[in-house]
Amino acid sequence: MRIIVNGNEKQVKDHTSIATLLELVGVNPEQVVAEHKGTIVSPQHYHGTFLNDGDTIELIQFVGGG
Amino acid sequence: MDLLQIANRTFRSRLMVGTGKFSSHQAMLDAMEHSGCEIVTVALRRVDINNPQDSLLAHIDQNRYLLLPNTSGARTAEEAIRLARIARAAGCEPWIKLEVTPDPYYLLPDPIETLKATEILVKEGFIVLPYMPADPVLAKRLEEAGAATVMPLGAPIGTNRGLLTRDLIAIIIEQAQIPVVVDAGLGAPSHAAEAMEMGAAAVLVNTALADTPDPAAMGQAFCKGVEAGREAYLAGLGPKRQQASASSPLTGFLRDES
Repeated sequence: MRIIVNGNEKQVKDHTSIATLLELVGVNPEQVVAEHKGTIVSPQHYHGTFLNDGDTIELIQFVGGG
Repeated sequence: MDLLQIANRTFRSRLMVGTGKFSSHQAMLDAMEHSGCEIVTVALRRVDINNPQDSLLAHIDQNRYLLLPNTSGARTAEEAIRLARIARAAGCEPWIKLEVTPDPYYLLPDPIETLKATEILVKEGFIVLPYMPADPVLAKRLEEAGAATVMPLGAPIGTNRGLLTRDLIAIIIEQAQIPVVVDAGLGAPSHAAEAMEMGAAAVLVNTALADTPDPAAMGQAFCKGVEAGREAYLAGLGPKRQQASASSPLTGFLRDES
């Protein structure tokens, strides 16, 4: 299925969870906040939140800033 | 002891440091260390999924520094509120440096959206430190809305031009019942000292430390500037005069008086 991660189209298998997606992308789950369809997902729900075709995911992290 | 109090926290240092634009994490850490700061600002951005990097948090000791996430990049109250909620979800304390800057050229804060976002975030339990134009009326409105500080700009972000808004900041300081933190545009320790001499509670610098060949030394220089300015403020500056007022006695000159 096709999802949109940080504005980029990505093909993933059906029944992919947020935890699996983070692993695929190579991101440390402790260092990001995930928004699924505009709603913040708590890290304890990464394993239990499954993505559907067309879903949008935002992965956000801290960077330097003033 | 002269401590800075913001909301329910006290700090020895009156210098806050931004973490952007440093040439390396080590340069940033050196500047933080030598500045003596206890509060550091950070930003939130999308992960580059084609080239993920370690979060900045992996490099900052949160037992030593209070992280103050900013809402930079927000153009509306709604976008700023979203970023604040994300910062809190990341496990940070609910402190937020509110920035709403729709104008990409001067990055000037939008007063209306800033006030709107402050009202909502305060109700959600955030400790809100809004970056604002140096407008005394807006400062009072933000204070009434429950802001923990106000952060008027000295000059546009990253310009190193100093206290262009000096007279307005003086009025803000005179009227404020909450700490006034001068943010943006301070390019030299003398600028920071000047703000502190006027009675600012603290200052925030980033570009002045990041955009120099020796961030650690500049961090230390700013630390001294802030401390000197604060001590001068507490001591009380002498009055300004138009005419000379001799420092040496006006009697006993080595000549015959006529």
